Amino acid sequence: MTTSASPSLAVNVGGIAMQNPVTVASGTFGYGVEYADWLDVRRLGAITVKGIRLEAWPGNPLPRHVEVPGGLVNAIGLQGPGVAGFIAQYLPRLREFGVPVIVNIWGTTVEEYAEVAARLSDVPGIAGLEVNVSCPNVKAGGSAFGADPATMAGVVAAVRRRTPLPVIPKLAPNVPAMGPFARAAAEAGADALSLVNTLPAMVIDIERRRPVLANRVGGLSGACIHPVAVKHVYDAAQAVKLPILAMGGIQEAREAIEFLIAGATAVAVGTANFIDPSTPLRVIDGIRDYLVRHQMRDVAQLTGSLAVS
Amino acid sequence: MPLGEAAILEQTPVSGGYCLLRLAAPELAAAAQPGQFIHLRIPGLETTALRRPFSIYRAGAGELAILYKRVGRGTDVLATLPAGTRLSVMGPLGNGFPLASGDRLPILVGGGYGVAPLVFLATRLPRKGVVLLGGRRAADVLCIADFEALGWSVEVATQDGSLGTEGLVTDLLGRHLDAGAPPAELFACGPDGMLRAVGTRAIAAGCRAWLSLDHHMVCGIGACLACVQRLREADGSIHIARVCKDGPIFEARTIVWEDPA
Repeated sequence: MTTSASPSLAVNVGGIAMQNPVTVASGTFGYGVEYADWLDVRRLGAITVKGIRLEAWPGNPLPRHVEVPGGLVNAIGLQGPGVAGFIAQYLPRLREFGVPVIVNIWGTTVEEYAEVAARLSDVPGIAGLEVNVSCPNVKAGGSAFGADPATMAGVVAAVRRRTPLPVIPKLAPNVPAMGPFARAAAEAGADALSLVNTLPAMVIDIERRRPVLANRVGGLSGACIHPVAVKHVYDAAQAVKLPILAMGGIQEAREAIEFLIAGATAVAVGTANFIDPSTPLRVIDGIRDYLVRHQMRDVAQLTGSLAVS
Repeated sequence: MPLGEAAILEQTPVSGGYCLLRLAAPELAAAAQPGQFIHLRIPGLETTALRRPFSIYRAGAGELAILYKRVGRGTDVLATLPAGTRLSVMGPLGNGFPLASGDRLPILVGGGYGVAPLVFLATRLPRKGVVLLGGRRAADVLCIADFEALGWSVEVATQDGSLGTEGLVTDLLGRHLDAGAPPAELFACGPDGMLRAVGTRAIAAGCRAWLSLDHHMVCGIGACLACVQRLREADGSIHIARVCKDGPIFEARTIVWEDPA
């Protein structure tokens, strides 16, 4: 065996062929175009865009975020241009990047999720749909559909019926056990799983004795949630055979490699994009270096390689 | 746009908890326009700590300077960093002030450290005008000497009367916006209440006011939608702008102020 050959980083996430296992987390990378000036987005394994529903959506009042030790609590509230706005304003430029585009979708009803999926299936240039059944920041939609395996599976099944694209439900971390959710998603026709969304969180301004966020509560992301996410990825990988797209607190390659060892096929960099836009590229390089150092020829050898005595 | 590094040349305490920070940043300095900002990563904070945005106070000759107040964890750490420290810098970011044509008298209105981008603006406007500076007390009124050295006329108001007129900086606007006064164009940076008052008076007087909004930012490049602002378009429709990318400078007529919290 030659050790000089560069290891293969290519992965397939439920039908989405990625040149490497690193994408970006929905909501942390806009619609891709915003970051094009700051890193070579063509090097990413895929671009996952901010959540889209049927119509444009204004999001929440300000303040929408607050920094906490090791993390960020946000309540943006899924502000977005709607399906037609996304297709007109962003998709043409996204296609030019030449990497798979994963669109995060949400709705206020099961029918809306399915309709968004159907509309996005009619246009070229979309590689897959990440189904957001776990956003903590909108009253209707999001987490309302993700708190119970059967309800979540109902959304996945409805989307499945209306699209030939890979369907990747994005699941919530605030559940007693991930296994039942992973199995329910698989049975409903999911092609892969996206783990995890933000953790529901709250920060209080003690001087004013008021919530800091206008939405009162938000979702916690950043380095501090990484171990929580690793546990969920590990549990899901034990429960189902579906490929897992893992996210939560990746700052450097080390955290991404943990996810892969725990059972993930690919990973997404989230909050770290805000702090250092070059993070995803550093993670790609770091995974490659790790594979070389451990004499692995293919990143697939890393997936699920956890030794449990 | 570069994601670069810049070394601290010097940090100087100014007064009342304000600091002047000079960076060696030739490319940033050459590209910077008044009203734009830089997004600094502060070393020593934990890895997930967000960047901090700072208005550009001066730019030229390979250097870029900011004027900041210690208001929390980030600026407390920033104030301790010695010369030679290298900082990760994104910028220059944002739209910047429009540079007036010179046919109207520029009036700059600054509150507290909001004065910083107005100094930079005063160095670039084609016509010298009037600067109105305000603060809670004398120590909050910065940069008077900068403006005077540039040949601008300076008027001051403090809430405790320790410097200039006792009252708010917007109280100084009156005679400059009278019917008999020369046609003016306003440029303002400071707290929201001040900006809103400047905008209201400018609209009443029929002149334009360019206001620099200070919303808390996350990404600084228009991706995360944490710092949005509702704007009213010319046709009356409402548009949600990103302060970091589409702003931070907006004309007073377009801003839809949210009701006080």
